[in-house]
Amino acid sequence: MRELKNSINVNLENYKVDAKEHKYIDKLSRIESEDKKKMLNVGIDTDEKNRTGTFIQKDKSVIHCKAAQDGIEVTSMTDAVRNHKWLGDYMWKSILPDTDKFTLYASENPYEGYFIRSLPGINAKDPVQSCLYITKDGFSQNVHNIVIAEEDSNIHIITGCATAPHLLSGLHVGISEFYVKRGATLIFTMFHDWGEKVNVRPRTVINVEEGGTIVSNYIFMGSVGSLQMYPTTYLNGKEAVARFNSILVARQGSFLDVGSRVVLNAPGSRAEIISRGITTGGSIIARGDLVGKAPGIKAHLECKGLILDEGLMHAIPELKGFLPGVEMSHEAAVGKMDQREIEYLMSRGLDEDEAISTIVRGFLNVDIQGLPDSLKNKLDTLISETQKNMM
Amino acid sequence: MLQIENLRVEIDGKPILKNVNMEIPRGETHILFGPNGSGKTSLMMTIMGFSGYNVTHGKIIFKGEDITYMPIHERARLGIGVSFQRPPTINGLKTKDIVEICSANRSITVDELARQLNFSDFLDRDVNHNFSGGEIKRSELLQLMAQQPDLVLLDEPESGVDLETILLIGDTINSLLHRRIQLPQKGKSHKEVINEETKSALVITHTGHILDYITADKGLVLYNGALCCIRNAREILRWIREYGYEECIRCAN
Repeated sequence: MRELKNSINVNLENYKVDAKEHKYIDKLSRIESEDKKKMLNVGIDTDEKNRTGTFIQKDKSVIHCKAAQDGIEVTSMTDAVRNHKWLGDYMWKSILPDTDKFTLYASENPYEGYFIRSLPGINAKDPVQSCLYITKDGFSQNVHNIVIAEEDSNIHIITGCATAPHLLSGLHVGISEFYVKRGATLIFTMFHDWGEKVNVRPRTVINVEEGGTIVSNYIFMGSVGSLQMYPTTYLNGKEAVARFNSILVARQGSFLDVGSRVVLNAPGSRAEIISRGITTGGSIIARGDLVGKAPGIKAHLECKGLILDEGLMHAIPELKGFLPGVEMSHEAAVGKMDQREIEYLMSRGLDEDEAISTIVRGFLNVDIQGLPDSLKNKLDTLISETQKNMM
Repeated sequence: MLQIENLRVEIDGKPILKNVNMEIPRGETHILFGPNGSGKTSLMMTIMGFSGYNVTHGKIIFKGEDITYMPIHERARLGIGVSFQRPPTINGLKTKDIVEICSANRSITVDELARQLNFSDFLDRDVNHNFSGGEIKRSELLQLMAQQPDLVLLDEPESGVDLETILLIGDTINSLLHRRIQLPQKGKSHKEVINEETKSALVITHTGHILDYITADKGLVLYNGALCCIRNAREILRWIREYGYEECIRCAN
């Protein structure tokens, strides 16, 4: 059995803090075709079909940015700071710069990031897409993102993060502060695909007010050196809802330490965390932490891992209840595929390989809310490709 | 259709079936009786080729082919289908998808089959996930209806099922075996239809209730891994109802 580390140390001095500027591109059709392909891989449609807005940052430069619907704002962080005097009420309010070395580093060397806002009562017709893309080897892309879903608005954001095909090493630090106001809904879907030695450290905090809903979908089936993230969501208003789905596939050489934490601060708030991990030789630490601090809350955590080849699948589900009247549960399972399931499908006429891939497909088939058809197909393709690699 | 010769089977080195000989001719339905633990399900699993059931002696012949060591899916493709008593849940796989899998390239309408089995509401549910006893039976039969096997193995089709559902299940088994009592089609006599289409079946039953709904051609009693009785199925049932399996002990020795 191979010994696998359960943490990865990243030395910040190994990374370059500067990269060349890239020119702004008015028409996305003029984007380089190899970049286009990589972006498509993480759900970014450069034809902008069925998208309400687009934000693309290449290294440190915002190369495209627009909103296609009144009441939806999509800008660079520089523009957001200039346009909104009140942004100080949101920026660095949920996350403190000295939280950890990566956050501090990003606060000292910031390069843009996106600002996305839906105005009160606005329903975004289609998702807004945002892409953070690294092309310079060894570059550290540090971004600060802010999303505000104002009262009773609805918005879906698709974020795709990727690196250029030739790129090997790099660092991505994303500071994200999300605010879901009273009665608003934010669906946040994130696809990642990085270079084989890229280290990724997103730092996210989400605040949800009364009757607000956050749905977060995270899909990782590509490559990465190491990825460590543990976004925290505070359900601060009555009956606020949080749902987190993640689908993780770790190949050999990948290290994923991915979790979700939800603090249920208000009565009647609800949270659900669902995580599915498959290791085909890499390491997955799947964390989940539910903290119940108000009466009448309901929270459930489901963490399932499949080990298809020697690797590490470490499930760490945690429940913390602070008073009577909280209802919290978790379900965790780690193991190999059940031979009975394989043989059951074989008795219906599938050969062994077909049976295994049908089970894997089912295992990853988490019911992801609000995913547009194009992304459903994308996810399906990703699953098929993943299966091929496993065979 | 199916011949079993001198079959001995072990699980983890422990003998489960001891020298079983039997034959199911084309178009016949045989009923397999036996107390709990007598090896009924093991016999079925061995015929289908599941792992863990090690054949140490003898052979299984299906449609003239020796299938004793054939992989499960090849047996399925050759025309054997099973209704399991406790099938596993397959998370994320919708019932309608497994029915599609079963149909292979046969042209069937999943929705129509599901409607007949009063199972339409379950098509979007994960296979066997939180299904009740009766729901499992209907799901299994729905899959077999799509699979259209020539030899059907049914493990206790009536267990855990209410009276209303058992009627539906009996009806479905009869159509699966092409033995429904109905007016013959135009142009063909009843005899011709039966000759062409009737499927074979091995039905495991503990209580015998299913005999009120399907037609049995023969009955067998498996006791402690050995077939001790092959007779008319209803006659066997009457014996068991009257005296239990005690008499079988003497017959087995």
